[in-house]
Amino acid sequence: MTTATPSTSQLLQQLTSGELAATSLVATCLDRIASEDERVGAFLHIDRDGAIEQAARIDERRRVGEELGPLAGIPVAVKDNICATGTKTTCASRMLENFVPPYDAHVIERLRAADAVLIGRTNLDEFAMGSSCENSAFQSTRNPWDLERTPGGSSGGSAAAVAAGMTPLSIGSDTGGSIRQPAAFCGVVGMKPTYGRVSRYGLVAFASSLDQIGPFANDVTGAAQLLEVLAGHDERDTTSINRPVPRYAESLEQPFEGLRIGIAKEHFVEGLDPEVEQAVHTAIDVYRSLGAEIKEVTLPHSEYCVAVYYIVAPSEASSNLARYDGVHYGFRAEKFDNMIDMYSATRGEGFGDEVKRRIMLGTYALSAGYYDAYYLKALKVRRLIRQDFDRAFEEVDVIASPVTPTPAFKIGELIDDPLAMYLNDIYTISANLAGTPGISLPCGFSSDGLPIGLQLQAAPFEEERLLRAARMYERETDWHTKQPDW
Amino acid sequence: MSELSADDVKKVASLARLKLSPEEIARYQEQLDNVLSYVHRLDEVDTADVEPMAHAVEVVNVFRRDEPRASLDREQALANAPQSDGQYFLVPAILDEG
Repeated sequence: MTTATPSTSQLLQQLTSGELAATSLVATCLDRIASEDERVGAFLHIDRDGAIEQAARIDERRRVGEELGPLAGIPVAVKDNICATGTKTTCASRMLENFVPPYDAHVIERLRAADAVLIGRTNLDEFAMGSSCENSAFQSTRNPWDLERTPGGSSGGSAAAVAAGMTPLSIGSDTGGSIRQPAAFCGVVGMKPTYGRVSRYGLVAFASSLDQIGPFANDVTGAAQLLEVLAGHDERDTTSINRPVPRYAESLEQPFEGLRIGIAKEHFVEGLDPEVEQAVHTAIDVYRSLGAEIKEVTLPHSEYCVAVYYIVAPSEASSNLARYDGVHYGFRAEKFDNMIDMYSATRGEGFGDEVKRRIMLGTYALSAGYYDAYYLKALKVRRLIRQDFDRAFEEVDVIASPVTPTPAFKIGELIDDPLAMYLNDIYTISANLAGTPGISLPCGFSSDGLPIGLQLQAAPFEEERLLRAARMYERETDWHTKQPDW
Repeated sequence: MSELSADDVKKVASLARLKLSPEEIARYQEQLDNVLSYVHRLDEVDTADVEPMAHAVEVVNVFRRDEPRASLDREQALANAPQSDGQYFLVPAILDEG
């Protein structure tokens, strides 16, 4: 292992002082992508010219003394399911292979306004459905720590790009763990904010009541700085919440007096890899040594979260993905008999295996005769899951747990067993169902040298506490500074 | 115990407008059946007095002023269409000519 590329705050300092030019930073990242990405496959598209131009403009504006945005000159990679004008947004699907969005997502507007440098688009499981990046129609991304293994998913490209030092920051989306699980697999920091904290406008919809955009970084401070830019109200997303955005990065170093950490016995059950369990307990001991109070909490319905999710998410997906009809945008099949057949052939050919499987599952759960038994039942249990969290957060500030039951699995290992793949999300899904924020941060390595993640969760809109608690651990450890040895 | 027949799978595929190969139908039948059997663990939860929760943040109606504003122009709206004549989206004939 070699020690890391600089953190976002170090880079910002060097850019501000004039020690580093934005053009040379972006050139370093582009060189790194050019030399490493053939092996990793994190990027679907690299905007070399656009990034260099943008960096040159920032250098020029800095030279003449213009005021610059908070991420001026910092490269950010974007998951390819977030719309941005000027480049394709494919969702790693044949269906949108040539789709060029006519508008920017809210978070893209924010990143541009912050003077971030958008360097390219990262790989994902098709339409963000999957936990391994193997469901991409275009390529599999490999884990920089072990190229035989997956980087996790669905935001695997964004996680791998940060882990391999190709970019200091990236963004992803998290519907059931799609930021936190790949962050854990790749040994980087990844955060899912509270539902409604970041606008979903321009995020290609998968499951609208669960989807949330969030940051990846090589340390907690970078994640806080990026979240500060992404978060905020947007009237074009009616579920976006109108609340002030705290200055997350500023309060980060304040000591968290009297921190109460919850551990739930439901998170330490059969199926949890002993090395992961050990690493998480060791991390909790670090908190204990820092004076935090460790309390047992109970989340009695957590054993049902995967079952609830695999009804709710596919149901919403089956409805959201009805828009891909071969008429308004995207792919259309060449051979068909009539209009209905055109729809079916287009969708049969344009969608990959996992997307079709989930559309089928959701259509079934919503169809006449099954709606009450599956969909409505799942929504009721969803409320019980949320109530478990509400009760727990009366007692504690954050809940600590594993992010995933195991470290990164091998490419091909779970691809033929959807249920086993779904169970990989067992510790992350509940935050999406409950709408609560969660963060994954590096907390050790397995004996095979694979990163292990610690998950912290907090009550809705308590990102500030969550980040402070995360930083408190990070300050005491050096896991986040490790990088894969090439 | 199998919950889903091949006919069920075909019916759902037709509702979802997905043209599937016989191999896909067989595979989905088995895989969806596995997932549904797993989901049946929800049956053991007592939800008698529980309101369904469709959204994580239960916001009520969000209103804004009904003011006209710019939207996509025609060229942009048609730019990604698989088939258009520059004026409209083109689709296969819907009504029989006979």
